[in-house]
Amino acid sequence: MTPPTPPAVRLHDAVASRGGRPVLRGVDLTVRPGEVVALLGANGSGKSTTVKAVTGAVPLEHGGLELFGAPLARFRAWHRIGYVPQRTTAASGVPATVREVVSTGRLPLHRLLPFRRADRTAVDRALAAVGMLDRAGDGVADLSGGQQQRVLIARALAGSPDLLIMDEPMAGVDAASQQVLADTLRAEVARGAAVLLVLHELGPLEPLIDRAVVLRDGCVAHDGPPVPNTGLHALPGHDHVHPHADHGHDHERIRGLLS
Amino acid sequence: MTEMLSYDFMQRALIAAVLVGITAPAVGIYLVQRRQALMGDGMGHVAMTGVGLGFIFQTSPVWMAVLVCVLGAVTMELVRSRGNQRGDIALAMLFYGGMACGKLLVSKSAQAGAGSLESYLWGSILTVSPADLATIAALGAVVVAVTLGLRRQLFAICQDEDFAKVTGVPVRLLNLLLAVMAAVTVTVAMRVVGLLLVSALMVVPVAAAQQLTRSFAATQAGAIAVGVIVALAGVTGSYQLDVPSGPAIVLLAIAVFAVFSAIAAPLARRRHRGTPDAAPKVCDVRLPDPEPAATGAPGRADAATRAPGAGLAQ
Repeated sequence: MTPPTPPAVRLHDAVASRGGRPVLRGVDLTVRPGEVVALLGANGSGKSTTVKAVTGAVPLEHGGLELFGAPLARFRAWHRIGYVPQRTTAASGVPATVREVVSTGRLPLHRLLPFRRADRTAVDRALAAVGMLDRAGDGVADLSGGQQQRVLIARALAGSPDLLIMDEPMAGVDAASQQVLADTLRAEVARGAAVLLVLHELGPLEPLIDRAVVLRDGCVAHDGPPVPNTGLHALPGHDHVHPHADHGHDHERIRGLLS
Repeated sequence: MTEMLSYDFMQRALIAAVLVGITAPAVGIYLVQRRQALMGDGMGHVAMTGVGLGFIFQTSPVWMAVLVCVLGAVTMELVRSRGNQRGDIALAMLFYGGMACGKLLVSKSAQAGAGSLESYLWGSILTVSPADLATIAALGAVVVAVTLGLRRQLFAICQDEDFAKVTGVPVRLLNLLLAVMAAVTVTVAMRVVGLLLVSALMVVPVAAAQQLTRSFAATQAGAIAVGVIVALAGVTGSYQLDVPSGPAIVLLAIAVFAVFSAIAAPLARRRHRGTPDAAPKVCDVRLPDPEPAATGAPGRADAATRAPGAGLAQ
């Protein structure tokens, strides 16, 4: 039986390698509409490769990928996906304004047609959502790292996506921008969007996350509710007290996986 | 000035200069954006093989150069898009192989005179024939139509290729198209500034314009304006002073870059003067003294009065 609305992402038994080295060894990952899924794991566990496989940038050697119910080869509705790649900067070799960078997020919608008022309004809305509307005319190279990250998020939001994919959006981001990101995600989820996040640790986004998928050595080691305060638990000397003892066994296991 | 314009060859030279002044920066800006500023230089090297083939087969060197340069550009793009670690080595083979092959072919051809290859290496705008001008105009029109018509798409792929792929933009096709446009531009500009200086006209006007701009659109417009002005001024100057046009154009472009760089900082300060600044003018927050005992000692060279631990802070 198929559900009435297909999952936004259905990656099953994904096997992929990069530079001849196997990175994914059979990853299953499903993200349903309205769901926030965090992809966690140590460096080199395959988080970024999984995300790149979901966007089609890394080809699968085995297994399959469906986006909104369509196999990747037949998927055309790229405007339904908002992607925030892992970046340290939004700048390139030539100056560009915040508005110009965010406007590229509308490309899948206006394509070869001219940029219309509706596109401009959507860009304004995306910029307002991340609190950068007042900087729209500024050069991206003049912004701080956290502000550039917000610009990249606005670019992903400009197309009003049904699925947001973010690769380490919290890396090098100051507390204010982290808060903006958390608020933005909350608004997007309220709108009904699905979110797939690669994170190093849950941090301030923890209350938003419905499900955590932990990768280890290219395999899914945990797929279930997030473990509260993963970062704190991993600290040495932390007094490990469980508020609900029935899940204690699980917590212990996941803590070991993350550390 | 009117005397200069009365000659047919000068009219053609000035029209060719305007066309190249528009097309070279229009394509070059995308190469600069992708931090591939020297790609045009490599294409100029590869185009030499095309010129050599044109000499050997007694056909138009320009069209042969277009053909070879397009093939070279497509190869370069395939090497780049593979993200190969040894990609730069592959490009070096292509560049130097192209240049060596060109010289060899020219030396074996019937027209192997001293000045024959020279005119392609350094440009010879004053000898542009009506047929050359027609070729330059046709190719230039295609390049301008593509680089300005698809500017949002090309901007996206050069700004962030990974992101552009996920927007469903045909990234591979656009990359190849951009490579072909760069190759065509190299051959269009070949007669005006020469293969060895082609890349300068693609890069220097962009570098000059971006000293004063914050947006991509303004940079593109500014680069084309700089390109047209230096090309016209260079050709006029080369006529008046009897110097070669290519080097004159390139040195003028570099002079514009220098002037723009010098006035960039004062202009930026002036632009910021109008905007309200909420932050205090100077740092006037008094920090609590962390170690009252060491007051006055750190920062002073007087070693005798220094507290025992203060040496560590020096």
